[in-house]
Amino acid sequence: MAESRRVTFRISRGDGARTELVDYTTEVTPGMVVLDAVHQIQAESAPDLACRWNCKAGKCGSCSAEINGRPRLMCMTRLGDLDLDMPVIVEPMRAFPRIRDLVTDVSWNYRVKKRIKPFTPRPPDAPDGSWRMVQADVDRVQEFRKCIECFLCQNVCHVLRDHHKHEEFAGPRHMVYVAALEMHPLDTQDRLGDLKDADGIGYCNITKCCTKVCPEHITITDNAIIPLKERVADEFYDPLTRLFRIFRPRRAADR
Amino acid sequence: MSRVDIPLPQRPALGETRRRDRWWVQPLLVFLGLGSFIVYATWAAFQGKHYFVTTGGADYLSPFYSPVLFDAPGMTSGHSWFGSAPQWWPGWLPAFSPAFLILWAPGGFRFTCYYYRGAYYKAFWADPPSCAVGEPGFRGKKYRGERKLPLILQNVHRYFLYLAIPFLFILSYDAWRAMWFATESGGREFGIGVGTLILIGNPILLGGYTLGCHSLRHLIGGGIDRLAGRPVRSKAYSCVSCLNRGHARWAWASLFWVALADVYVRLTSMGVIHDMRIL
Repeated sequence: MAESRRVTFRISRGDGARTELVDYTTEVTPGMVVLDAVHQIQAESAPDLACRWNCKAGKCGSCSAEINGRPRLMCMTRLGDLDLDMPVIVEPMRAFPRIRDLVTDVSWNYRVKKRIKPFTPRPPDAPDGSWRMVQADVDRVQEFRKCIECFLCQNVCHVLRDHHKHEEFAGPRHMVYVAALEMHPLDTQDRLGDLKDADGIGYCNITKCCTKVCPEHITITDNAIIPLKERVADEFYDPLTRLFRIFRPRRAADR
Repeated sequence: MSRVDIPLPQRPALGETRRRDRWWVQPLLVFLGLGSFIVYATWAAFQGKHYFVTTGGADYLSPFYSPVLFDAPGMTSGHSWFGSAPQWWPGWLPAFSPAFLILWAPGGFRFTCYYYRGAYYKAFWADPPSCAVGEPGFRGKKYRGERKLPLILQNVHRYFLYLAIPFLFILSYDAWRAMWFATESGGREFGIGVGTLILIGNPILLGGYTLGCHSLRHLIGGGIDRLAGRPVRSKAYSCVSCLNRGHARWAWASLFWVALADVYVRLTSMGVIHDMRIL
């Protein structure tokens, strides 16, 4: 997009009970992102348009939405990357209940997170209460710490989005959270039973959609979910590993 | 368990999406690619002939038939481990083909592979057809994923890995044999034909695929939290992780190549094409 032009935005309005797509036309200039356009529409023609946002830098995870059907952060979606000859469709995330317009109720995620067993380090290694770790061992979980909790991965996951398994499946975001804890070199807690039952890791059928939409480029499926699935298989489905563990139990440090 | 208090949007219908890109291209290509391979591999397995080449002094063996535990009736490939067709093969089954004893293992490895699972769930089951695209309505809340039978059996993948690894050595040996051509004096001389290059490519690509397996990655180091102080495992984990990053590419390249190798051996054996000797 080389010059400023007028563009139509088709924005989903409503509160869940009644929703509709409403067209707004506004002037856009080079360098603008979708969130800029939404703010401009708020200022010009729809002051009651509800939209959650905070940092405008892709780090707070607040402005998650569906832009032309693709789950994305509004603040990180450049208008220059979209086809502006057609109306730009902006909708709220589908996997969560809509409160109003583009704002959804994502509190379910916080409730799920609360039930995950917290970080439980082994006793300190030194008398001053500190631990010793090797950088390479921490590097593996460092990737998972990048998560900004935008919940785009939860939104695109068909187990939640299409099958509404919120009561049985924790979703990719929480798989990443569990992976960060479970693979941490200091952690001693065992979460594999919860992963199999309460968190329903078996529901994931590896579509990798979560990885594709992650704005932090976390390799969710390959580095978090599949390694956890393998650990669950070790613990519950693999008779040879279970037999092997009779003679050589898993060390607490590897839990 | 947490509950959602506000109603969620209605489930989208099959194929319903606001995506404007050609989201259907990738699952369609997977459907055509995998579907073609399955049809061809099944057909080739039932043939029981044209699975080796000895013309021109070559010693090529189709990877679909390797290792040849028993030759097919009336065939002498020179690769058989236990001689000619087994007497115990039940008469009510289709005519014995050496591939029947072999193909289930690499086939099972691919069928249960994490990459292929994600790909064929989309392409063959529309589960989902693509990311953020609606699924068939009949599944709805009844969706079970890999949590219950039958798909919980996908956890057997690691056992197929154990079976797949020896194939790398066997196919490497086949590639080695493909480098030695029979001479008129009855000996063998080193040589390279087009078939040799194809059979050398096979274990290389299959190696890239098999050694980048998610289960192997777990086995080699992913299953423990502390790799420091274990230099060999640490290095092996890095190597497997490196291959794992391109697992999908290795999967397709090796799938294509193994089919190409069979087609080449088959057509050469049938006399449709002639193996060109390079060296």
